Amino acid sequence: MKFFVYRYNPDVDTAPHMQEYDVEVSRGMMLRDALMEIKRQDEAFAFRHSCGEGVCGSDAVNANGQNLLGCTTPVSELKEPVHVRPLPGRPVIRDLVVDMSQFYQQYRAVKPYLIHKDPLPEQEILQSPEDRDKLDGLYECIMCGCCSTACPSFWWNPDKFHGPQALLQAWRFLADSRDQATDERLDALEGPYKLFRCHTIMNCVESCPKSLNPTKAIGKIKELMLKHSI
Amino acid sequence: MTLARRRFDALIIGAGGAGLNAALQLANANLRVAVVSKVFPTRSHTVAAQGGVNAALANVFEDNWHWHMFDTVKGSDYLGDQDAIEFMCREAIPTVYELEHNGVPFSRLDNGKIYQRAFGGQSQNFGGAQAARTCAAADRTGHAILHTLYQQNIRARTHFFDEYFGIELIRDEEGAILGALTLEIETGEPLLIEAKTTLLATGGGGQVFRTTSNAHINTGDGMAMALRAGVPLMDMEFFQFHPTGIAGRGMLITEGVRGEGGYLINKDGERFMERYAPNAKDLASRDVVSRAIVTEVKEGRGCGPNADHVLLKVDHLGEDIIAKRLPGIRESSKIFAGVDPAVEPIPVFPTAHYMMGGIPTDRLGQVVIPAADGSEQIVPGLYAAGECACVSVHGANRLGGNSLLDILVFGRAAGQQIINNLKDSPEHRPMSEAAIDQAMAKLTRWEQPGEGISVRELRDEFRKVMEDHAGVFRTDEIMAEGVEKVKALREKLKDVRLGDQSKVFNTARIEALELENLIDIGMAIVLSALERKESRGAHSRPDYTERDDVNWLKHSVYFKEGDRLDYKPVQTKPLTVETFPPKPRVY
Repeated sequence: MKFFVYRYNPDVDTAPHMQEYDVEVSRGMMLRDALMEIKRQDEAFAFRHSCGEGVCGSDAVNANGQNLLGCTTPVSELKEPVHVRPLPGRPVIRDLVVDMSQFYQQYRAVKPYLIHKDPLPEQEILQSPEDRDKLDGLYECIMCGCCSTACPSFWWNPDKFHGPQALLQAWRFLADSRDQATDERLDALEGPYKLFRCHTIMNCVESCPKSLNPTKAIGKIKELMLKHSI
Repeated sequence: MTLARRRFDALIIGAGGAGLNAALQLANANLRVAVVSKVFPTRSHTVAAQGGVNAALANVFEDNWHWHMFDTVKGSDYLGDQDAIEFMCREAIPTVYELEHNGVPFSRLDNGKIYQRAFGGQSQNFGGAQAARTCAAADRTGHAILHTLYQQNIRARTHFFDEYFGIELIRDEEGAILGALTLEIETGEPLLIEAKTTLLATGGGGQVFRTTSNAHINTGDGMAMALRAGVPLMDMEFFQFHPTGIAGRGMLITEGVRGEGGYLINKDGERFMERYAPNAKDLASRDVVSRAIVTEVKEGRGCGPNADHVLLKVDHLGEDIIAKRLPGIRESSKIFAGVDPAVEPIPVFPTAHYMMGGIPTDRLGQVVIPAADGSEQIVPGLYAAGECACVSVHGANRLGGNSLLDILVFGRAAGQQIINNLKDSPEHRPMSEAAIDQAMAKLTRWEQPGEGISVRELRDEFRKVMEDHAGVFRTDEIMAEGVEKVKALREKLKDVRLGDQSKVFNTARIEALELENLIDIGMAIVLSALERKESRGAHSRPDYTERDDVNWLKHSVYFKEGDRLDYKPVQTKPLTVETFPPKPRVY
């Protein structure tokens, strides 16, 4: 199977280029397996990967125009030749490795941690199964970055717009019955950029390898804001 | 060029559950703590833990920590230290509540309490009816815990060095650890981190085997660093093969599947665990189930065209339970095995999973060099916690749900002990240039030019040797050959060259450093295994089929210098309760 892979090593290259590789496909081969095979052929090729089963979120790349996880994408589902590029809109460090620091900063900016102000009980804080169900589809985020780097609003304003990943996490805590910082969380999301640069383009939903729905979460935040303002 | 330096009160290498729980204690105590991780913290392998964390909360059935302790001692095949096990099982309860308070989205029971499921090796009343002790967030418990701990560390403003690789510990002449030399992966520049205390929390090394549930990053870096700093590794022959990896691929299918009511069948559709463990059946201890599967396949009752695996039947649980309790497993099975467990059984076979052994520590996380008389000498400034450490609470076989527990309890304990110790050590000890140069040589060695063996080639060969010579069933002949082969591969390391000498994000250089680590711990495994002439827990020998408590109720201790093996007694005396004396282990 033929692959064209984005290559750029700042130590030696003056400009990026697409390099061709041939990979012998085996049954059940995932894109990550193919990339590892390419690294076997060419030690200097760099990409991030770790768990190989879609939970660590390391190996998000763009293949044939789609952001996805290498380890859960069978090569049989990719049209040949496969064009593999780094996630779009992020500065390239080397080959498929991009600089995700702005993405992480936006995550930190939404205070992605439970804030519980009452004295803590001796045992667990009780939560009904119905309230716990509200966290399904939110807490499973693996921070791979497929969504935010597929979002045109994030491409334009990665410094000011939180992006779908961080906003999904903002809602994860707003939706948690144990969290007691709703007002401050909502206040912090005010303004034209942080939340409201989402124009419901829904690239995030399409690209999420865990089938999560950041657009829906963003809608819920807006609804709650409205409720709180009246 | 001058070497960049940073100074902290505490350095933590590794950002999985153990490292992050320790960091959280330290940051909450307003100490300056640096966490070095070769991957962004939420990519650490804790994220892949599925089934849950054990604590006798008694939310489902009656339970208490003493029963949990009994199960853990029995599960360990009596090789676990009973003082440490008592400590862990008692601490389990406040530890899980603390996690919940920190935000872990545990699944819930109708009364709002944390959901608990049945797991292998769990009993009520010292070997009685099945217990339900494993606190779960669906089948993504590790993910839920790791993300929560990272989030709380953001709140506590822990200082993270993401994508920095720990190369070597720095020692002074008295053997005290003064920090570590690290490598910033993005720039390829070394960074020296000086610290009053250093905690190794680098996880396991499942990458020593070819087929493993472990991630690419699990290369035993901390264990190898300890070995090179003169610290031995304990009980390295005990490597757990998880019974249910996806056949041919190795990805994990949690024991929680069997806890929820799934069971194993062979090609005749027989529920074969009934023969091997009449009471516990599919929820017998992991070593027991793994051996049963291998035996079924060896005796020709395997499934599939090559008769090389068995099947895990789940569909009878119904769509609802599968969707609610095992969503992640369903997803993995569809992707990697091409089956929907709600319709078809999952093809499974044992996969290399977990190291019971590691860096010897006391129950406060302090690294200790054990002597044969049972005395222990503390290594000043060095701590270890999590899979890279050996407290020892898992002995010869770890129970499911006890690894998340181990990393959390002992990560926390280490953090608290570091806080205590730092009160008495206000100053950094001086670091000699010679010690720094020695560590730098680890890095510059890979700058040697010229042709040689490639890292890949040696790595592939090594992992195959380990699989062939240190697998589920081990005979003297197979293992002796394994020792010779690993020795030969270690020699060959000298001839390995890096073709890519570039600096920026050079993953080939990282893999070269990891290969050295893998081979160091591989040697510890094969040598310790060859010498232990009995079958105990995960260490199963067709040529010594019985457990031998007279000669072998003791921990193996491997030193890198001279490939020397030593032994130390098992601590059979708990803290406050009576000893559980060794008994035949039936499930």
